[in-house]
Amino acid sequence: MTVESTAARKPRRSAGSKAGGTGTGRTTRAGAGKSAEPELVQLLTPEGKRVKNAKNAEFAQYVAGVTPEDLRGLYRDMVLTRRFDAEATSLQRQGELGLWASLLGQEAAQIGSGRALRDDDYVFPTYREHGVAWCRGVDPTNLLGMFRGVNNGGWDPNGNNFHLYTIVIGSQTLHATGYAMGVAMDGADSAVIAYFGDGASSQGDVAESFTFSAVYNAPVVFFCQNNQWAISEPTEKQTRVPLYQRAQGYGFPGVRVDGNDVLACLAVTRWALERARNGEGPTLVEAYTYRMGAHTTSDDPTKYRADEERESWEAKDPILRLRRHLEASNHTDEGFFAELEAESEALGRRVREAVRAMPDPDHFAIFENVYADGHALVDEERAQFAAYQESFATESDSGFAAGTGGN
Amino acid sequence: MADSVSTKNLALAKAINESLRRALETDPKVLVMGEDVGKLGGVFRVTDGLQKDFGESRVIDTPLAESGIVGTAIGMALRGYRPVVEIQFDGFVFPAYDQIVTQLAKMHARSLGKVKMPVVVRIPYGGGIGAVEHHSESPEALFAHVSGLKIVSPSNASDAYWMMQQAIQSDDPVIFFEPKRRYWDKGEVNTEAIPGPLHKAQVVREGTDLTLVAYGPMVKLCQEVAAAAAEEGKNLEVLDLRSVSPLDFDSIQTSVEKTRRLVVVHEAPVFFGSGAEIAARITERCFYHLEAPVLRVGGYHAPYPPARLEEEYLPGLDRVLDAVDRALAY
Repeated sequence: MTVESTAARKPRRSAGSKAGGTGTGRTTRAGAGKSAEPELVQLLTPEGKRVKNAKNAEFAQYVAGVTPEDLRGLYRDMVLTRRFDAEATSLQRQGELGLWASLLGQEAAQIGSGRALRDDDYVFPTYREHGVAWCRGVDPTNLLGMFRGVNNGGWDPNGNNFHLYTIVIGSQTLHATGYAMGVAMDGADSAVIAYFGDGASSQGDVAESFTFSAVYNAPVVFFCQNNQWAISEPTEKQTRVPLYQRAQGYGFPGVRVDGNDVLACLAVTRWALERARNGEGPTLVEAYTYRMGAHTTSDDPTKYRADEERESWEAKDPILRLRRHLEASNHTDEGFFAELEAESEALGRRVREAVRAMPDPDHFAIFENVYADGHALVDEERAQFAAYQESFATESDSGFAAGTGGN
Repeated sequence: MADSVSTKNLALAKAINESLRRALETDPKVLVMGEDVGKLGGVFRVTDGLQKDFGESRVIDTPLAESGIVGTAIGMALRGYRPVVEIQFDGFVFPAYDQIVTQLAKMHARSLGKVKMPVVVRIPYGGGIGAVEHHSESPEALFAHVSGLKIVSPSNASDAYWMMQQAIQSDDPVIFFEPKRRYWDKGEVNTEAIPGPLHKAQVVREGTDLTLVAYGPMVKLCQEVAAAAAEEGKNLEVLDLRSVSPLDFDSIQTSVEKTRRLVVVHEAPVFFGSGAEIAARITERCFYHLEAPVLRVGGYHAPYPPARLEEEYLPGLDRVLDAVDRALAY
């Protein structure tokens, strides 16, 4: 899908608007973290209707060229991502994965933003960006290695310009900023996008990345998926102002987009990426969404949040919303959904089989790639380990007692 | 040697400056970053004149945010640059400790070798200059405990020049501890010499009775100790480690097998310090050669004291001589 090339280009805003935000939601009161609706850029209602208003006019042109085929592509991406995610959750329950961080409910934020990217853009994810990885062409089975415990990464970051998942909260926003500074130094017109959550917005590294990116006018888009909960801590425990408004204090625009509206996420991200490419510096996009599942499979959200809350968000489901729109617009027939269902099941099967077939790493992988240039201590300990391993062979061969190896 | 055009008599700080200049000239991907490194040339003037000659995009003044400095350097390294970042003082590195330990050190391993992290973190460290709190610490052991990092510290101008070249050329992250009390000590630097391996220790004084092991600021002290001991008829060997990780145990072992006694000297607190690691390993390697337990001289398990007390805290001539006497008395 070549969604980038379909984006309508608009004239530059006046220079005076650089530090003043986008004109979106500037009238919102501080402390209104929960009254999100009036601030949201939305193009598709939960009922699947296209909506036009003063707030979204600036962004709607970025999806003006989206075709019915593009819409079906976005729908397919979201369905397959959700199917993959469900399979991974099941695999964790079956003991095949040590942990899983589900993206259930955040498909629109990830597919919308992910499909706004060009191949030469670079993505810095946190650890829940399975949908973005999908958009980048990372094989979903590669995402599971770290959760199964066979590696700490599992893909070549430069293969798809998709960096490894980062577990320490917010660290990657600085890597994205530095990478973007490098892009600018190279004179390239690609952009960088950093994903993080509402909890990460409290981290110092995120604040520092805002500072650095603003000071150096780095071509980076900060894409915050505000899914309302940082494990058991609600957004109110992170901030007293809507998160997108934080950007203003750093001197770049912030926008809150309906994170369950894939079209709005696509439009707003394209707009932000265009700003980056045009040398207008960073942008903060707050995708207002909801984590439908647990933080990870270790978590129990029933201990800290009410069923009604989840139910209210189920009504805003990103996939259902686009399906309603596709059906109402006669952009699909039953065959499309049936084929996609079959494709989903095939993906689930492939993922399941791939995980079960995933070999444990070689024992000596412990010592591999600790250093690029090598290190005497690693060499020494590898040799000790080898001798220890070897002692078991000796034991079975000659009947030596265990525990004599290693020296 | 003084006649050679390639040999200069330089203060240690100036040697680093010239080394950075050479790296910036040689490789367009090398960048210098940090607080005040531009117009001011750093608070110790180590980067003096570099921004003027290489511009603000190669010698980058940063916001006052250490985690940001290291974190963005990681991103630049991912983009193919080779950043050399300055942490203004030892005690200020801790806001960046998370980025160094959880990100910089691990990136190569996590990516299964797909990405390199050629980042140098320069840290002026150690005491003896009468500074205020957080300006005199020696946190090298905190970094040496972390796999994925290399830790080096030159003791003289020539090593400062060449080890910086090697650190920048390394595809691994290098924490480059600069002995700030030796910044103004001059020494010969041959800018065309072929340097030895970055992680090889060097015997800076041959001896037969006992080995003194040190690195960075304590090497000069140990040479003074050896000179003083020589007046008492004691013949001490002094080994400059140059690198804390990896640590050249082979060279220490060779020396100890000869002298049979070992005293390790560093400014950092002795407890869980690099001296403890050296003592443990050398005891394993040289148990039957040792005539005395390995002794350590270093800082106390106390916050680095106010400047008026630092001479009591830091290893000095008498404390090291006392340890030498104790080792020789066995």
